[in-house]
Amino acid sequence: MTNYLEFERPLAEIEGKAEELRAMARRSEGMDVEKEAAALDRKAAGMLDEIYRTLNAWQKAQVARHADRPHCKDYIARLFTEFTPLAGDRNFADDHAVMGGLARLQDRPVMVIGQEKGHDTKTRIERNFGMARPEGYRKAIRLMELADRFGLPVITLVDTPGAYPGKGAEERGQSEAIARATQKCLRIGVPLVSVIIGEGGSGGAVAFATANRIAMLEHSIYSVISPEGCASILWKDAEKMREAAAALRLTAQDLHKLGAIDRIVAEPKGGAHRDSLAAIDAVGKAIGAMLGELDGQEPDALRRARREKFVKMGSKGLAA
Amino acid sequence: MNWISNYVRPKINSLFSRREVPENLWSKCPECGTMLFHRELSDNLNVCTSCQHHMAITPRDRFAALFDGGVFVDVPVPAPVADPLHFRDQKRYPDRLKSAQKATGEAEAMLVGEGEMGRSTVVVAAQDFSFMGGSMGMYVGNAILAAAERAVERRCPLILFSAAGGARMQEGLLSLMQMPRTTVAVEMLKEAGLPYIVVLTHPTTGGVTASYAMLGDVQIAEPGALICFAGPRVIEQTIREKLPEGFQRAEYLLEHGMLDRVTHRTELRAELITICRMLTGLPPAVMGDLPAPAEGPEAASTASAEAAAAVLNGDPAK
Ligand SMILES: [Zn+2]
Repeated sequence: MTNYLEFERPLAEIEGKAEELRAMARRSEGMDVEKEAAALDRKAAGMLDEIYRTLNAWQKAQVARHADRPHCKDYIARLFTEFTPLAGDRNFADDHAVMGGLARLQDRPVMVIGQEKGHDTKTRIERNFGMARPEGYRKAIRLMELADRFGLPVITLVDTPGAYPGKGAEERGQSEAIARATQKCLRIGVPLVSVIIGEGGSGGAVAFATANRIAMLEHSIYSVISPEGCASILWKDAEKMREAAAALRLTAQDLHKLGAIDRIVAEPKGGAHRDSLAAIDAVGKAIGAMLGELDGQEPDALRRARREKFVKMGSKGLAA
Repeated sequence: MNWISNYVRPKINSLFSRREVPENLWSKCPECGTMLFHRELSDNLNVCTSCQHHMAITPRDRFAALFDGGVFVDVPVPAPVADPLHFRDQKRYPDRLKSAQKATGEAEAMLVGEGEMGRSTVVVAAQDFSFMGGSMGMYVGNAILAAAERAVERRCPLILFSAAGGARMQEGLLSLMQMPRTTVAVEMLKEAGLPYIVVLTHPTTGGVTASYAMLGDVQIAEPGALICFAGPRVIEQTIREKLPEGFQRAEYLLEHGMLDRVTHRTELRAELITICRMLTGLPPAVMGDLPAPAEGPEAASTASAEAAAAVLNGDPAK
């Protein structure tokens, strides 16, 4: 069953009609509806194409948050072998919003780290909706250190609404943990590549994505603040999220133009949630390509390049 | 360069560009309600003489109180691309910038100065909350990079006073990118073996706290300062419960191990001098007025600079 987004309603109606026709035909012997149904299919396909070719920023935010969109766990399961999760920050707890561990990417040992949102009520609560606490960032720091010591490339998969705004998280140093994770990203002497697979939410994302190469899925978003948050602050009206999303330039396309990301990974027709495996494989290819660009570089060169990348970032704006 | 020649440098501006405030002005302490004579308040660095509540202070006034004789030189900050996103909410971003510039008389939300403090060179950066909430955008990133570069060039400490509501939303992701960008600046200091001291002032929140403001070698805060990643209102909405008294205030963070010290504004200068001198291997500061150096104007500061350089280079002879 497809979970349609509000702007997909016309599409849902047509696909629904086609399905109804076919269900009717199954019930009544000798009734041939295939011609009409096929016409509806074609119409739906055209509409799907059109909708996804012209998604606006707010619609992309909804696609990026789609419940059926493949999550970190799905990417790890399909792209890597021998995934060996490593847990805990060695100080306080294991944060289930962050998963990570040793794995092989086409036989090559790597460290993979990402935020996992969960896929149903139970797992969403368990994963805290992908919102890490300080322990999550400290776990990531520990895994990056481990990778650095043994020369393993680090791959991060970013999908978070942001760092968790909670009492305990603040008391245990949410800011410090994020700052140290970003610092660790800048310090490691191994290749670090990031893919924004869904939501790149603010500081919680940056702490994972201060990388040598950054890719974004075509309909993912990466932003300093959620459109809703921005709307309520600058427009004094949370309902102005459409305007805020557009103004923030949070789409992969705009961020590529701004020079904030390196590549855009095309999604299957109708978004990653309509063909998870194809989306995951496309991300796998992009990770391979990005690692390939960094192969053979010395630790110092990797560090220096990473720093220069961020120092230079933003030196050009969007073209007028 | 030494502390005497500083007085005659052409670019001196601190003493003369301070906005004059009418002498007979009274202001009310927002904390205890005491009416304070303006002069009394500014002499006490905008700290209420009755309840010790720390009110906002501009970077220029802070620098005037911090540097020897109030003398410092602005460290130039490269101008970033203006309005990179062509951002518009209810107002155009360039218009918001212009009104902030008009209201504060400053170019942007951070001021960087260089001068002597306790007769040794320091670079100081201070964030201006009155300029669009002190928000961190490309300019603030450029300012911190410029400050770090200057400190490395002079082989001196960098002291940073933070004050910000967070990132500058009008610069979108580019404002968020100042988190790694300013962290590069911090790394430059660490690699050069130079002290980076952070003084967190009210309020320091969001992406600013989660980057350069939490990465100091020594972390000091002013009393009562709100310091957090997520603000108390956001947290109350999320967890639907009342937060304890003093939550996310400087004293609370000190108790939770997130700070080294909470220091009264009027004692900060002496404390910063003490810490910087120890971290750079200088002898204890001589308090009070010193006679002019006997061996001629260049001798004292050259000697101390050499001593500092020797320590930083790990010269075993020193
Ligand atoms: Zn008072």
